[in-house]
Amino acid sequence: MLPRLTDNDFVLFGLPERQGLDRARLDERRRVLQAEVHPDRFAAEGAAAQRLAMQWAVRVNEAHARLKDPLRRAAYLCELRGVPIDAERNTAMPPAFLARQMEWREALDEADSAPDAAAAIEALDDEVMRDERAGLARLEQLLDEAGDTAAAAAEVRALMFVARFREDIARRLEALDAH
Amino acid sequence: MALLQISEPGSSPDPHQRRIAVGIDLGTTHSLVAAMRHGVVECLPDAAGRVLLPSAVRYLDATRRAIGYSALASQAEDPENTIVSVKRLMGRRLADIRQREKLPYHLVDRPGMVALATVAGEKTPVEVSAEILASLRQRAEDTFDAEIFGAVITVPAYFDDAQRQATKDAAQLAGLNVLRLISEPTAAAVAYGLDHGSEGLYAVYDLGGGTFDISLLRLTKGVFEVVATGGDAALGGDDIDQVVADWALDAAGVEAASPQDKRAALVAARSAKEMLSGATSETAAWRAEIAGQLREVELSRAQLEALARPLVERSLREVRRVLRDAKVAREAVQGVVMVGGSTRMPLVRRAVAELFGPQWQGTVLTNVNPDEVVAIGAAIQANALAGNAKDGELLLLDVIALSLGLETMGGLVERIIERNTTIPVAKAQDFTTFKDGQTAMALHVVQGERDRVEDCRSLARFELRGIPPMAAGAARIRVTFQVDADGLLSVSAREQASGVEAAVTVKPSYGLADEDIARMLRDGFAHADADMAARSLREAQVEAERMVLATRSALAADGHLLSAAERAEIERLVAETVRIAQGADAQAVDAAVKALAEGTEAFAAARMNHGIRQALAGKRLEEV
Repeated sequence: MLPRLTDNDFVLFGLPERQGLDRARLDERRRVLQAEVHPDRFAAEGAAAQRLAMQWAVRVNEAHARLKDPLRRAAYLCELRGVPIDAERNTAMPPAFLARQMEWREALDEADSAPDAAAAIEALDDEVMRDERAGLARLEQLLDEAGDTAAAAAEVRALMFVARFREDIARRLEALDAH
Repeated sequence: MALLQISEPGSSPDPHQRRIAVGIDLGTTHSLVAAMRHGVVECLPDAAGRVLLPSAVRYLDATRRAIGYSALASQAEDPENTIVSVKRLMGRRLADIRQREKLPYHLVDRPGMVALATVAGEKTPVEVSAEILASLRQRAEDTFDAEIFGAVITVPAYFDDAQRQATKDAAQLAGLNVLRLISEPTAAAVAYGLDHGSEGLYAVYDLGGGTFDISLLRLTKGVFEVVATGGDAALGGDDIDQVVADWALDAAGVEAASPQDKRAALVAARSAKEMLSGATSETAAWRAEIAGQLREVELSRAQLEALARPLVERSLREVRRVLRDAKVAREAVQGVVMVGGSTRMPLVRRAVAELFGPQWQGTVLTNVNPDEVVAIGAAIQANALAGNAKDGELLLLDVIALSLGLETMGGLVERIIERNTTIPVAKAQDFTTFKDGQTAMALHVVQGERDRVEDCRSLARFELRGIPPMAAGAARIRVTFQVDADGLLSVSAREQASGVEAAVTVKPSYGLADEDIARMLRDGFAHADADMAARSLREAQVEAERMVLATRSALAADGHLLSAAERAEIERLVAETVRIAQGADAQAVDAAVKALAEGTEAFAAARMNHGIRQALAGKRLEEV
C-alpha cells in the first residue's frame, strides 16, 4: 500500500491508534520520515521534487505536532472515533469544575499582588499542572481501557480550559519578567 | 548484459561528482565564507590570509567601491559613504530604526525598506549586503577556481520574515543560488555538535555585533531539533559600543556633532571594549579625535561592566523566556555554546553561568571559535544540501521564532502560526464577511507576539476580490499560511462557500519582486563588467547541468520504479536538455529545463512514496 498525504496521523507514523504513546518512538518515526521527505533532501533537485517534499514535510510536522501533545492527540482520537470535540458549542461543564476554575482565577489575581509574585504564580502553576496530569491520566484510561469516547471528549473539553488557564499564567510570568 | 554508458562531451559522467557549496555567515560586523576543502570544512581566507571580511562597504564614486578592510580603514574620514553594520537595517523601515540620529548616514525613508544616500546614489541595505556577499562569492570562486553550485546563508533565528526575505534577495542579487537560509544558532550547533559527538539538550547563546539569539536544541543521532528560540534582532556589541561612546563623550565634556565625530567616538569605544575583553589589564583608554581635538578618557573594567550590564540583562530575559517556552528545567540543559564576538566579554560569560545557578551541572562552552563556528556549520549543511554528504547524515528541524497572524476586527491579531512551530508548516483558518453583499476582503498579515496590530510588524496587505455577494457571515474565506524550510512565508486566500475560487498568493511586501532583481542585475550591480547576455546563458546552463545531474542520480538510484517507456521518455528529455545546453540560446535552455522538470514530476512523487514506504517497512522489520 502506498503512503498517502491523507492517511491519518497514526497510520502515517505506523503507530497504534491509542492515547498511550511512547514519545521516543514517535520522535524516532519522525526522524525516519523526515529523513526521506524533508526539502533539504531535495535541495539540489528541481522545483517539482521540492514542492512535493514541502507538502510531505508539512504533513509529517503537522502529524508530529498533533500526536506529541496529549490533549490534541486525545481530541484527534475522539474525532477519529466519531465524537467531535466541537468545543465552541459544547461549553457546558460540571459545576464543581467551574467552581475550581473560579478559585484558580482568584488565586492568580491574588498572587499578582503577593510580595514575591513570581514564586506565588509558579506555585499556583504547579497545582494546576498536577490537576492537568491527573486529567490526562483519566483521559488515557477512558480512551484505551474503558473505550468511552463520549466521556473522553468531555474530559478533553475540560482540559482545554485548564490549558488556556496555564497559558494565562505563562503570560503573567512573562509580563513580570519584562519589568 | 549491462551496457557501458558514455556521457555527453562536456557533461559529467558521474552523478555523484562533488559540487562546491559554501556556507556564508553574513554578520553585522564581519562576514565569512566556509566550504569543504581537502576533506575538512574550513573558513576560506582572502589573498592576505584573513578569514574575516569586515561587513563594510565604501562607495568611492558612482561606480567604484571598496569592500572589507579597505572600507573599514576609511570609515572615520568618510562616514557617509562607508556603510558598516548594514545588517541592522535589513528589512527595516526608517521608523523601525532605534537611535537613528546617532548613525552617521543619510537615511532615506522609502516604503518597505530604508535606503542610504551615498555618493553612488541611493542604496538599499539589500544592495549593500549583496556587495559583501558578492565579494565572498568571488573569494570562494578564486579558491576553487570553479563556479559555486550553491550557498547556505545564515540569519539570526530572531529575524522576521522581512529581514529573511531581504537576506535572500541580497544573495540572489550577488548571483548566489541560495540552497537554504538557516538560523545562526542552529548552524553553530551543527558545527559544535558534529565536532563533539554531543547528544542531549543544548542552548546556543549568540551575541553578535548587532543581533542576539538564544536557541534551545535537542541533539540526537544527527538530528538537530530546535525546541524553542528567542532573541532580539537589535541587540549586540554595537549597542555596548554606543553606551560606552555616550559615556566617554559625556566624561570628556564634548559632543559628537558631525558624522566623523560620531564614527570616531564609536570606533574608540569598540577598541577600548576589546582591549578589556582580551587583556588582564583593568583599564583601557578611550581615545578619539572630536571636533579636531584629541580627547582621552580612561575606561575601567568595572565601568564597562556597569554600562553593559543592562544590555546583557536584556539578553538574559530572553534566555529565561525560551526556557519557559520549551517547558524545560534549567538543570536539563547540558551545555551553553557561546557564539559571536561579544561573548568574549568576561561579563557575558559570567552572567550566563550565573543565570543557570550555582547548582547547575552543565558547562559554558567557549572552546569553539565564536567567530567561525556559524560559517562552518552553514558549510556543513551546504555540503549536505548539494548532495555531497552521505544520505540522512544530518537533519535540521528548525522553528519559526515569531508568531504569524492576521488583523481582525478592532485592530486585534488572530494568530495563525504560533512561535516555535517546526518548519516547514502550513495552517489554514476560515474567516467570514462582515457586511451583507461584501465582495472584497482586506487581509493584513502581521508578525509578532502582541495582541494589537500596531504592536506587531506589518508584513503584507492584500485584497481578495470577487467574493459573490452573500449575507454577512455566510462566506467562508479560507486563509492559508505557509512557511517554507527557509522560514519564509506565503499567504493565500480562497472563498469556499460558493465554490467560486478567488485565490491570491503574496510574498511579504519588503521582498524585492523578481523584476526588481532582474533590473538591479541589468543595472550592472554585482557584475559591473560582465556581459548580461553571456551571464544569463551561463546561468541557464548551470541550471540545466544541475537538473541533468539530479535526474541522472535519481535514475541511478530509483530507476526501477519506472516502466521501460517512462524511463525512455525521461532519458530522452535528459539528452535533449544536454544537447540544447550546448547551444547559445538561453531561452531554449530554460525551456528545456522546464520540460525536464515537468517530465520528471511523477517520477519525483513515486520516489518519495517509495522512500517513505521503505523507511516505515525498515523500521517495522527492526522492531520484530
